[in-house]
Amino acid sequence: MAEVKQPDGVQIDLISGERMEGLASMEKIRMILDGVREGNIVILEEGLSPEEESRLIEVTMTEISPDEFNGIEIETYPSSDSGKSGLFDRLMGNDSDKKLTVIGPANRIETLHKDETLIQTLVSRR
Amino acid sequence: MGLITNLRSSISRAASTLFADAEPKRIGIYGPPNAGKTTLANRIVRDWTEHGDAVGPESHIPHETRRARRKENVEIERDGKTVTIDVVDTPGVTTKVDYTEFLEHDMEEDDAVRRSREATEGVAEAMHWLREDVDGVIYVLDATQDPFTQVNTMLIGIIESQDLPVLILANKIDLEDASVQRIRNAFPQHETIPLSALEGDNMDEVYDKIAEYFG
Repeated sequence: MAEVKQPDGVQIDLISGERMEGLASMEKIRMILDGVREGNIVILEEGLSPEEESRLIEVTMTEISPDEFNGIEIETYPSSDSGKSGLFDRLMGNDSDKKLTVIGPANRIETLHKDETLIQTLVSRR
Repeated sequence: MGLITNLRSSISRAASTLFADAEPKRIGIYGPPNAGKTTLANRIVRDWTEHGDAVGPESHIPHETRRARRKENVEIERDGKTVTIDVVDTPGVTTKVDYTEFLEHDMEEDDAVRRSREATEGVAEAMHWLREDVDGVIYVLDATQDPFTQVNTMLIGIIESQDLPVLILANKIDLEDASVQRIRNAFPQHETIPLSALEGDNMDEVYDKIAEYFG
């Protein structure tokens, strides 16, 4: 059988806020982890809610397996107005923490620099 | 989260606060691996309980604590009043666990793989406690390390989104490289208290603040 040559590169999935909006929390987490476990870098236009981030960590932990999947690297900009939104804002769903989020396999992505306006990452090939 | 779910959760939290006088508050000790969470939990328990048994073993190897452990009815006395809390020591939170890192600590491969599996279960357990089972958080950071990490940002965000009272502790101030100001700059919206859980430095202020935040 002829050997199928895999392209030597890194796939980046840029996922719009609109695409994520209609998904349930677990559907979002599944979509992210499926992409990351295939070796892709997933970039979310609007990030996840704190509750979803908590579940993402939990589900990631259940999927870690020696020599196969070491977990994820995730980066968002530090929240500049963290803690300022009141209970009323949250009750009304006015989340001010929708921030671009980069997620990748822990063994392939390394954060070089991060500040309030810039995230620099190094992505290695397979 | 929807309006109704948010309302229900807020009402439920308010009701549990109003009617929970009889039960001690469960205070989770959270933070990244190797911040000194168990050292702090052990110091609190040894300082304020009769028998002073350790909550768990302390170690410089990451993920020494791989199960959440609760020490009930720790009575802290401040200014003639007694504040009773349950101390919940939790595994350090991370988004990745690589068993090969444990091999660097002279561990056999089988032990390293087992430790990494237990560590992942522990992190998942810690996240579950945070969402469901704690009434307040002591967030412990190693003051010699950069606090601007994604895990810290996410966890503080999760704690804030649940309206849990949180006290940030800058641990390991006995070490030369410690910078409390760096932690204050990272989380200016919260109060940061310096301490050395290992040496017992500044514990009086820590207990004052525990009574103030969780009493």
